[in-house]
Amino acid sequence: MIKQNVIIAEGLSKIFGNFVAVDHISFEVAKGEIFGFLGANGAGKTTAMRMLCGLSTPSSGKATVAGFDLFKDTEQIKKSIGYMSQKFSLYEDLTIRENIQFYGGIYGLSKKQIQDKTAYLVDHLHLQNYQNSLVKSLPLGWKQKLAFSVAIVHDPAIVFLDEPTGGVDPVTRREFWELIYDASERGITVFVTTHYMDEAEYCNRVSIMVDGRIEALDTPNNLKKTYNSLSMDEVFLKLARKAARGE
Amino acid sequence: MVKSNSNNMTSVIVNNISKKYKVEKSQVTALNTVSFEVSKGELFGIVGPDGSGKTSLFRVLTTLLLADSGNASIEGYDIVKDYKIIRKKLGYMPGRFSLYQDLTVEENLSFFATIFNTSITENYDLIKDIYQQIEPFKERRAGKLSGGMKQKLALCCALIHKPSVLILDEPTTGVDAVSRKEFWEMLQRLKAQGITILVSTPYMDEASMCDRVALMQNGKILAIDKPDQINQQFSKPLWAVKAASMYSLLKTCKKWEAVESCYSFGEYYHVVMKSNINGEEAIKTYLLQHQFLDIEVHQITANIEDSFMALMNKSHD
Repeated sequence: MIKQNVIIAEGLSKIFGNFVAVDHISFEVAKGEIFGFLGANGAGKTTAMRMLCGLSTPSSGKATVAGFDLFKDTEQIKKSIGYMSQKFSLYEDLTIRENIQFYGGIYGLSKKQIQDKTAYLVDHLHLQNYQNSLVKSLPLGWKQKLAFSVAIVHDPAIVFLDEPTGGVDPVTRREFWELIYDASERGITVFVTTHYMDEAEYCNRVSIMVDGRIEALDTPNNLKKTYNSLSMDEVFLKLARKAARGE
Repeated sequence: MVKSNSNNMTSVIVNNISKKYKVEKSQVTALNTVSFEVSKGELFGIVGPDGSGKTSLFRVLTTLLLADSGNASIEGYDIVKDYKIIRKKLGYMPGRFSLYQDLTVEENLSFFATIFNTSITENYDLIKDIYQQIEPFKERRAGKLSGGMKQKLALCCALIHKPSVLILDEPTTGVDAVSRKEFWEMLQRLKAQGITILVSTPYMDEASMCDRVALMQNGKILAIDKPDQINQQFSKPLWAVKAASMYSLLKTCKKWEAVESCYSFGEYYHVVMKSNINGEEAIKTYLLQHQFLDIEVHQITANIEDSFMALMNKSHD
């Protein structure tokens, strides 16, 4: 099988005034891969992610996301990706059902597709008894799972997750990762940032940004070997401690 | 009345505190008969997910919120009757950044010092270590600081009146692993100066940095003890399991009726079996039958997250 890359970045940079936020990053992410994007606060993760989502034009370099050029085809990119941040974008005053239908509509699904998706998600997330409850009445963990599900309601090529699991209990956090595995098995590429180092172990490959550059990129196992560490936490501390710049 | 049966080595006494909120038409129990004691100079952690009641508890203890029932005292003073004295004894760092965004770093610090009738110089020793890290930016407005610097300034402002008890609400939330580690090192130094510290966190791994912890979930305390002691309460054998194809391993384990629980932990799954069979043999045999490759099984001791999840499940039963 030929490995198909859905993200290809070459020398991608972003400069604000005389501050180099992202400094010539180059990497590839394969279809269906779970790619961990780590770095200390201020290392440049958010800026890099905003560029890859087509929300911020790079200063230099080149990249394609889902086969589209990051400089020319940002509108197509936005249709091919899903995005979820820690401040998830669900509508608190709409019910679970209405949120799914709303996002299905936004992403241009047909009426039939929206119906099928709504039924599938309500069942898949075990929300049968709550589908007509307002989102604001839901526990945090349910909101996170629902936010992830609407972010991939249109079966995008890639889903970007910006610290998706903050603050939830350990059981819910693991259930959330099962949703990630499930999406990855269905061929959706997952690009995820996290502060939980055990979650870095769940990724196929992990990159670690320091001062705007990608300082290391490999499978968790190889990183642990290379940096002579027992855990990803140790790898991260060894690399991020070298950072010269603050946040 | 708070009974003062505890000797003067006790700093904080919390006795059966309950608090309910009205949300729309329903009632939410934020705190459900919470009780514990904290000794002087102890570093005490409240560990639990969002919505477990950590902030409500701290708002009750800092005299900002009245409990529905129960009582509590800090340094021998009742949190309701003696609230004015308590506010002088406490340093409080709320979860949300609460300094003046358009005052500079130095102005914020001197403002809080003045409010408490003191000056920056009087208690400078206490904050010196932390303040020196942000001093180069003392002319900068607080609103323009990075997250890590805001956190350090907020800690300085909470300390400037030399409180005997410091209450920190999720100081490390959203902070990267390096800054988290540094923050805990700062707390250890403050503890060495004899300050009693109550700190809440949603990060389970931070429990091991505390002298004792209370694990909280849904307004209730699941367990209170030294982190090691809590883990020793984990009664069943625990197995770390790994194989070549991890996601299908998870699905297989979850379907297997002999398995009580299976949770991912970094590169392994932690598995508890229902009966006291030889877990290692049983798991290896079963996985071999199901065509798994590179199987690895070994027994481990529980960590705080294992314990928390076991306690969570128990409280649901």
